[in-house]
Amino acid sequence: MNLLVIAPVLLPLLAGILLLLLSQSRLTLQRTLSVMAVAAQIGLALALMATVNNSDILVYTLGNWPAPFGIVLVADRLAAWMLVITALLALFALLYAIRGDDTVGWHFHTLFQFQLFGLNGAFLTGDLFNLFVFFEILLLASYGLLLHGGRRQRIRAGLHFVVINLAGSTLFLFAVGTLYGVLGTLNMADLAIKVAAAPPENVPLVRAAGLLLFGVFALKAALLPLYLWLPAAYAHTSAPVAALFAIMTKIGAYSILRVYTLIFGPEAGPAANLIEFWLLPLALATLIVGMIGAVASAHLRQQAAYLVVASVGSLLTAFGLNSHAGIAAGLFYLPHTTFAAAALFLLADLIARQRGVLNDRLDPGPDLPDSRLLGALFFITAIAVAGLPPLAGFLGKFLMLQAALDHPFLPWVMGTVLVAALLGVIALARTGSLLFYRVDPETAPAAPWPPIRADIAPVIGLLLLVLGLTIGAGPVFDQSRAIADQVLQPQLYIQAVMNSGRTP
Amino acid sequence: MEALVALIIGVLTGCGVYLALRARTFPVVLGLTFLSYAVNVFLFAMSRLTIGQPPVIAVDAAGYADPLPQALVLTAIVISFGMTAFVIVLALKARVELGNDHVDGQEKSGVRRQATRNRERP
Repeated sequence: MNLLVIAPVLLPLLAGILLLLLSQSRLTLQRTLSVMAVAAQIGLALALMATVNNSDILVYTLGNWPAPFGIVLVADRLAAWMLVITALLALFALLYAIRGDDTVGWHFHTLFQFQLFGLNGAFLTGDLFNLFVFFEILLLASYGLLLHGGRRQRIRAGLHFVVINLAGSTLFLFAVGTLYGVLGTLNMADLAIKVAAAPPENVPLVRAAGLLLFGVFALKAALLPLYLWLPAAYAHTSAPVAALFAIMTKIGAYSILRVYTLIFGPEAGPAANLIEFWLLPLALATLIVGMIGAVASAHLRQQAAYLVVASVGSLLTAFGLNSHAGIAAGLFYLPHTTFAAAALFLLADLIARQRGVLNDRLDPGPDLPDSRLLGALFFITAIAVAGLPPLAGFLGKFLMLQAALDHPFLPWVMGTVLVAALLGVIALARTGSLLFYRVDPETAPAAPWPPIRADIAPVIGLLLLVLGLTIGAGPVFDQSRAIADQVLQPQLYIQAVMNSGRTP
Repeated sequence: MEALVALIIGVLTGCGVYLALRARTFPVVLGLTFLSYAVNVFLFAMSRLTIGQPPVIAVDAAGYADPLPQALVLTAIVISFGMTAFVIVLALKARVELGNDHVDGQEKSGVRRQATRNRERP
């Protein structure tokens, strides 16, 4: 029994319950507790990553039921990597939120912890139905966070988000039900064995269920035809929530990587490489559409949301190459793009608050009092988001293109990624010059400037993480390659899970 | 019986999809409810349709009813119940905040003209 595996799931759950019991008026206590819980999660995630790097895949069998019968939590390098990214992102989003965004409605901290509970659980679970349950937990918490303190626009965008995700959950259940009906198991490792050995008459059903599941994950990841819910929802929610939601699309990407390397991977016999045909073209199209959306955006937050769509596109392009180098490049790019997108959302909020009534609309506005500081931060963030040198985003894209060199789709990948990068640069350069250079003195707001000072710390923190990823690119890429090694050897995962209940 | 259950699932899903695509929040909520009913029956049927069998393997029984989908469907019912409650409250709040029950939060201009004309008619 390794309690370290279940601790990242239990900690936010207990913290959330504790926060729910606390009186809402004791704000300082709530904030302290919430930050401490997230800080402890960073510690746990790092400890888990260190442990799984040194040893095999850790499996926690709930209730001590042996693997195919009970629910298992599985910590491999991929899960630990995602946990570390989530916890780091959550810390900075929370630090930004305790500046005041948590007081506009009730139970912000409880919802925040439950969101982390759902995220951590989804990364760690080794059971497909349990993945559905954790998806629902994180979605329900995300509905609460998205609408937190909401007014008209936020509620309208939130309604779409909730309805489309409910429809997605229904599809998930149809897929899970079909898989259980045909194969008689929902444990991912066991499913991998059963899919590979599926009798020919059941193969069409298994493939249909697998593709249905891909549809659900594509919805969560905001892949091309299913991304329309994202820009409105992310643009209208509060900044710390939008920053935290930078990881929400990555959970779709994670699920795609997990399920389609493990269950429907190259060794799955009749259903091998099920989505290879779909993933890469859709990801490339998402990348272009996201960047076009960013160029066309009339609001800064909307632009940030479209850049999130584009970042999912490039991430899934890397995974869609379906090679060791591609997956490693994607895993290297994942933390960078998550942190950069979160920094952009936080920065957009700071800029919008200084611009008074103009808010984040991309029109010539007043001369910002902190324009040098904000402008410098925006410049760095824009470089990070657009994937320009010298930051890690450029390295990620470079590795991605390098991985695509011997892929038959090379011209498409190369062309799309480069054109998308150009579009991103155009969009962000236009935004930057509009916000900081084209000053229209007549739009000076009547209200005095809200001071920024300490509010800027979380943005700087996130940018320092991006910088850290650049400076430590060597070790980080080694780690990404180690994760890709493990992900592409699904038999390790299967053995670890199936042998877990054997030894008392 | 299989055909009947399949037909029920199909009809529920069809109604659910149709209603979920409507322009008012109330039919959309009903549509999502129909969809979740459909998927609940579907999950339940995944243990195959058995009558009068014990849920655990007994020596003298001819077979057994798979208890796992029953557990799954119970979880799914609880979750969909909670989600439905949430989406109803959200729809009500949207109705109050936005002043209408259109899913986009605003009437199409043609519809509004029609509504105004209807109101003006004696």
